[in-house]
Amino acid sequence: MIVDFSKNHFDLFDLAQRYELDETQLTSKYQTLQRELHPDRFAAATDAEKRWSLQAASLVNEAYQTLKHPLNRATYLLGLNGVSVDEETDTQMDPMFLMQQMELREALGDAEATPDPLKALDSIASELSSGVRNCQTKFADAAEGGDWAAARATVREWQFFDKLKREVKAIESRLDY
Amino acid sequence: MALLQISEPGQAPAPHQRRDAVGIDLGTTNSLVATLRSGTPTVLVNEAGEGSLPSVVHYGEDDSITVGHAAQEYAVTDPMSTIRSAKRLMGKGADDLPGTWLSDHYNFDLTSGPMPAFATNAGPKTAIDVSAALLKELKAIAEKSVSGELVGAVITVPAYFDDAQRQATKDAASLAGLSVLRLINEPTAAALAYGLDANDSGTVVVYDLGGGTFDISVLKMQRGLFEVLATAGNTALGGDDFDEAIVSMLCELASFSGELSSGAQRRALQTARQVKETLSEQESVSVDWHIEAETHWSGTITREQLNNAISALVDQTLTPCRRVLRDADIEKSDIRAVVMVGGSTRVPLVRDRVSEFFEQPVLTSINPDEVVAIGAAIQADVLAGNKPDNDLLLLDVIPLSLGLETMGGLAEKIIPRNTTIPIARAQEFTTYKDSQTALALHVVQGERELVADCRSLARFELTGLPPRVAGAVRVQVLFQVDADGLLTVSALEKDSGNLASIDVKPSYGLSDGEIESMLQASMDNAAGDMQQRLLQEQKVDAQRVIEAIDSALRADGDIHLSSEERAAIDELIDNLKNSVKGDDSAAIKLAQESLEKGSSNFVERRMNASVKHLMAGQHVDAVAAQLEESEKPQDAND
Repeated sequence: MIVDFSKNHFDLFDLAQRYELDETQLTSKYQTLQRELHPDRFAAATDAEKRWSLQAASLVNEAYQTLKHPLNRATYLLGLNGVSVDEETDTQMDPMFLMQQMELREALGDAEATPDPLKALDSIASELSSGVRNCQTKFADAAEGGDWAAARATVREWQFFDKLKREVKAIESRLDY
Repeated sequence: MALLQISEPGQAPAPHQRRDAVGIDLGTTNSLVATLRSGTPTVLVNEAGEGSLPSVVHYGEDDSITVGHAAQEYAVTDPMSTIRSAKRLMGKGADDLPGTWLSDHYNFDLTSGPMPAFATNAGPKTAIDVSAALLKELKAIAEKSVSGELVGAVITVPAYFDDAQRQATKDAASLAGLSVLRLINEPTAAALAYGLDANDSGTVVVYDLGGGTFDISVLKMQRGLFEVLATAGNTALGGDDFDEAIVSMLCELASFSGELSSGAQRRALQTARQVKETLSEQESVSVDWHIEAETHWSGTITREQLNNAISALVDQTLTPCRRVLRDADIEKSDIRAVVMVGGSTRVPLVRDRVSEFFEQPVLTSINPDEVVAIGAAIQADVLAGNKPDNDLLLLDVIPLSLGLETMGGLAEKIIPRNTTIPIARAQEFTTYKDSQTALALHVVQGERELVADCRSLARFELTGLPPRVAGAVRVQVLFQVDADGLLTVSALEKDSGNLASIDVKPSYGLSDGEIESMLQASMDNAAGDMQQRLLQEQKVDAQRVIEAIDSALRADGDIHLSSEERAAIDELIDNLKNSVKGDDSAAIKLAQESLEKGSSNFVERRMNASVKHLMAGQHVDAVAAQLEESEKPQDAND
């Protein structure tokens, strides 16, 4: 049997199971746990202890990284509430949103050919950041109100912004070389 | 020791003898070993009083092995069997050779195994063999300097080393008979060395330009806790390339266009190094270069000429600097300090460009050649258990993404780079043909989309799957990266819960069997004293286990064990105590294993009690249950 430990990511850090979280507490609890569990604490221990520590520390790292990143945390919270975000089977999206995405994508495609590509990318990046902030607020509200359908729709939009942000970074990094 | 520590947090363990551990900087050009003496990190010196061991090994026709300064003597007279910069070849395959610095300077034997071997007087020698010879020498220096038994070493590797290169380093340590407490990244070690004075928090950049590798890392330091935010670099760029560029400049100045013989090449490189070192202190230098038998060149070279020759190479280091800032998502103004590491950072142009780039003065107060070994020694002391109340904790990341080959030769990332380790991630696969009973997996490392552009780590064959229709058999593959940054892969057929059999073929490096047979071979050569030493180490190790379990039993054996269980463990302890009195290495090993196995339930109960304490008693069952699944993959959450 595979144990579903996922239910306990929030619990592991003594946090309430909701989107808004106390990042200071998350990080401080993470550090407390790692100080006790990390393999460096078991460098001179028996093999059984080493294996135990490796697994415990891996688990804490995974939980921390899931909760630390807002989109991962939101997706994870949906999962806890029985909602999965499957990108492939669901193509229904708000046409206005899709239009905005197409425009952003076009701007991104043209950016490299503009006289100051880094500046063009900066302006796209700031539009994406404001889109992400908007998603974060919408998601928090929907999740608090238990409206998981709305929360899921928000995460799907958020994923679009996130993907574009990664593409901006990739182009920036290409321009640097 | 950990047995005691975890059961009684905040309490110091029973007084015990100091455990000597060392830090080793296994460098491309020079290697060092350091340890803590009365709390002060000290670089250990050999009998000649030298702290820095040139990473040079000479293989004589009589099978003699010479290491360090003595080996350098052969550089001109016997260049092909005098191996330097072998680190560049660690974990590399034959197809990595063409066009590299090493392939221009050495003859290679590509037939003796999967790894290219230097063709020497004493036969084919791989980079692992050469590194093992260096580590043996460092170990000997350490053993003469420390008072007690050497429990092990922390060895540093460039942050940018991939899995194969890290594994090769660990293999070399095994061959040298050195117990590795941990592999840590060189820049991280450097930050640890400077971290001694930094009690407050901040973001630190470590710029490490050594003989053959360049690393740039961003670390977050917080009250003794070090977190690597991002690393980047170039495994084939360093001071050696400066020397080559200077030789080119010299040839141009001397209007020499012929081919240098390998002896003349080495002489030219020595001249180039002198020019570089002198111009780090002075504005100009007069050079008398003996090119070949009757050809000489003499003249003056200015620092400006040197700067022009190496300028492009220095600029090459700034690209990874930009990248690492982006990856760590920080601005230049967030950086509290820029630490300079590696002999090549003595070059004024390097300091100037780096300082200009990061818009602040660079830190050079600790000797840039020793700073890595010093940091490693500090970490070794912590890992050896000498500082149970120490707050220092290193949270490291993997430098390159780990992935699997998917349809069409594309690489799918399972664990992205800069993920904090240790970490475990699982990925599910299904069969794509009816009655398919095997699945081939190809593990790769790198950032590129195409598998062909990534580094091949291993190929796996999962066999014995039940024959079903396509897509009906699901296999979960678990990637586990440990605290050394080393990967192990396991697979589980999901419906039956059976572990599919795995056939591992490491693309490079050594299998455990090969290491064992090589160790055996070296032991046969060194005969009796090696056996004696192994027995001695076995006894020390057994003693350690006895003490640890004894003190754990005294602490709370009554709480966790029934009287029958207690009696069983007591008997196993007595058994081991008796074996230790004798000289039968195998018997000691057997008795120790029985004790470790027999007490594993007890250890686990104490651990769980400790976790219960940590997690305020709420969720321990879930954690414990998860841990019992030790042999099975976990669910990954992306």
